[in-house]
Amino acid sequence: MSRDRIAECFARCRNEGRSALVGYLTAGDPDVATSEELLLALAGKVDILEIGMPFSDPMADGPVIQAASERALEAGVLIRDVFALAAKVNSTCPDTCIVLMGYANVPYALGFENFSEQAARAGVDGVLIVDIPPEEGAVCDHALRKNGLHRILLLSPTSSDTRIKLASDAASGFIYYVSLTGITGAEMGEAAAIEQQVERIRSFSSLPICVGFGVKTAEQAAKVATFADGVVIGSHFVSQIPLHCNDHNAMVTALKKTASAMRDAVRKVAV
Amino acid sequence: MIDSIYSLDISHPPDINGHFGRFGGRFAAETLMGPLKALEEAFYEAWKDETFHQKRFHLLKNYVGRATPLYHAEHLSKEVGGAQIYLKREDLTHTGAHKINNTIGQGLLAQRMGKKRVIAETGAGQHGVATATVAAMFGMQCDVYMGREDTERQAPNVFRMKLLGANVIPVDSGSATLKDALNEALRDWVASCEDTFYIIGTVAGPHPYPLMVRQFHVVIGQEARAQCLAQTGKLPDVAVACVGGGSNAMGLLHPFRDDDVRLVAVEAAGHGLESGEHAASLAAGRPGILHGNLTYLLENDEGQIQGTHSISAGLDYPGVGPELAAMLEDGQLDLDTVTDSEALEAFKTLTRSEGIIPALESSHALASGIRIAAGMNPDQTVLINLSGRGDKDMNTVFDRLHDEIEGSKA
Repeated sequence: MSRDRIAECFARCRNEGRSALVGYLTAGDPDVATSEELLLALAGKVDILEIGMPFSDPMADGPVIQAASERALEAGVLIRDVFALAAKVNSTCPDTCIVLMGYANVPYALGFENFSEQAARAGVDGVLIVDIPPEEGAVCDHALRKNGLHRILLLSPTSSDTRIKLASDAASGFIYYVSLTGITGAEMGEAAAIEQQVERIRSFSSLPICVGFGVKTAEQAAKVATFADGVVIGSHFVSQIPLHCNDHNAMVTALKKTASAMRDAVRKVAV
Repeated sequence: MIDSIYSLDISHPPDINGHFGRFGGRFAAETLMGPLKALEEAFYEAWKDETFHQKRFHLLKNYVGRATPLYHAEHLSKEVGGAQIYLKREDLTHTGAHKINNTIGQGLLAQRMGKKRVIAETGAGQHGVATATVAAMFGMQCDVYMGREDTERQAPNVFRMKLLGANVIPVDSGSATLKDALNEALRDWVASCEDTFYIIGTVAGPHPYPLMVRQFHVVIGQEARAQCLAQTGKLPDVAVACVGGGSNAMGLLHPFRDDDVRLVAVEAAGHGLESGEHAASLAAGRPGILHGNLTYLLENDEGQIQGTHSISAGLDYPGVGPELAAMLEDGQLDLDTVTDSEALEAFKTLTRSEGIIPALESSHALASGIRIAAGMNPDQTVLINLSGRGDKDMNTVFDRLHDEIEGSKA
């Protein structure tokens, strides 16, 4: 990796006095061609694009992202399509960071060496594997590091101080703070409690902290943006797809509109 | 007093992060790492506590009906014409299968941890019934996740769970079978870990589950070992158990690991390994990561988990306990596979020769055990785990054997 786009991104946001907007879509949802349009539309609005790798058994996801994985797999999306979509985003939006997100078995099946090489070649900046905690890093850390990929780790309300230290040492790029004890798309908790947790993490780590899981409205995003370095919107963006399943133009338009509203929300506040 | 045959030593432990060789571990979402660590600590602490075991063995004896008998199947042995076949009668336990050994243990642990609610996943419904049973006894709220397809295939067990006061939640996601029920239970637990105990039904899942479930089931093999010595004056030559996730197999085989006994795990070959419609993860799968552990999985080239098939719902799972994967790679375990038809044949054979109707899961172990015994001498012994009784399988067997039993009208 010639540049550290993730570090540049957070520096830029800090200078502009705002939080980074992180947006998630599942690759290949609802099909590869439409997914390309959707990802490019979103990449133009967000600072960091999380591209989900579809998996048959998405254990940490709520119904919205589960359905996205099922649509993508039914459409026959393969891991090579995921890399091709990432490469397309990378060449079209060179300033947008790309994070591949998913479950361990897909990269494990390919082999983490092979996976990391292909991801790096596609212009991916970081990788977030939900079910590989720091303790199990032996399966992937070396390959990711060798290919200049950030290893993004999750922290949650149940993470002890010891675990926060452990994750802070093993993570790079940024820390993804899961704002609630639950699955993606659940109801967001009290902003004040989330802020307190973010401050707790800051006492152990100098990495930027993005907050996700449950952020659905522009008001929530604006509130989170007052104390977090980044706001992650996942299920809310993905939910635009089934709403407009028969009209792809409307789907892209709705996604752009939602993303713009979120972008304004995280910009409004001065950190 | 706990009988001295029940050793409380934890032999062949995993490493500190729950790895058995290169398998196992704790591949879980961050939110679950704290609760898993707390569970591990509670388990080790309870295991060191004499009163925990006194309660556990009191229930195993007076509620479950342990020790279960070891039965010399003389008629079957004669019919096979090889080694002497001995059956470990887990089918005679309360609720009709070995599963309750584990739910008693985890139920006591849940109580000790002050949890008011338990959840479980179930395939055939045996683990669900065993969980609902202890929840009723301990006065805990109980929610059981079960694939929609399985709730239809195993309707009587769904009713049993409801009678016991459990709430059965049908799962429609994914393939609507056992693996999806497990996903849904994990999703529940991520949100409810504060007050809820997740009772996993097999030796899979993130650490400490594979270790914990094994330790709650080793009573099977410990009893069988002592009973073999008492009845035959020696250890068995071969010990055989069926494997879905592997709980009855680890329970029977683990106490024989340091002995000169051939250990055989039997997987469900469904319509045949070459058909692709089976549940033989060790025989036909490859290492991967699912449900919190690294183990053998049935998956496609892309790492997507594949659908499985077995006539026995309890073996219908695309993974297997990580310790069994490690034992297989270490050469401690022999592997055999049995098709649906072979299992049905063994089901009929045991029913007619001994008057014992086995579960279809256990019929896989029987089919393999009979095959192995046939090639041995009459002074040798084969020990087979009869992990459950066949009452729950009447509908499935009725569909397959009705014409043969009643006489075909054709």
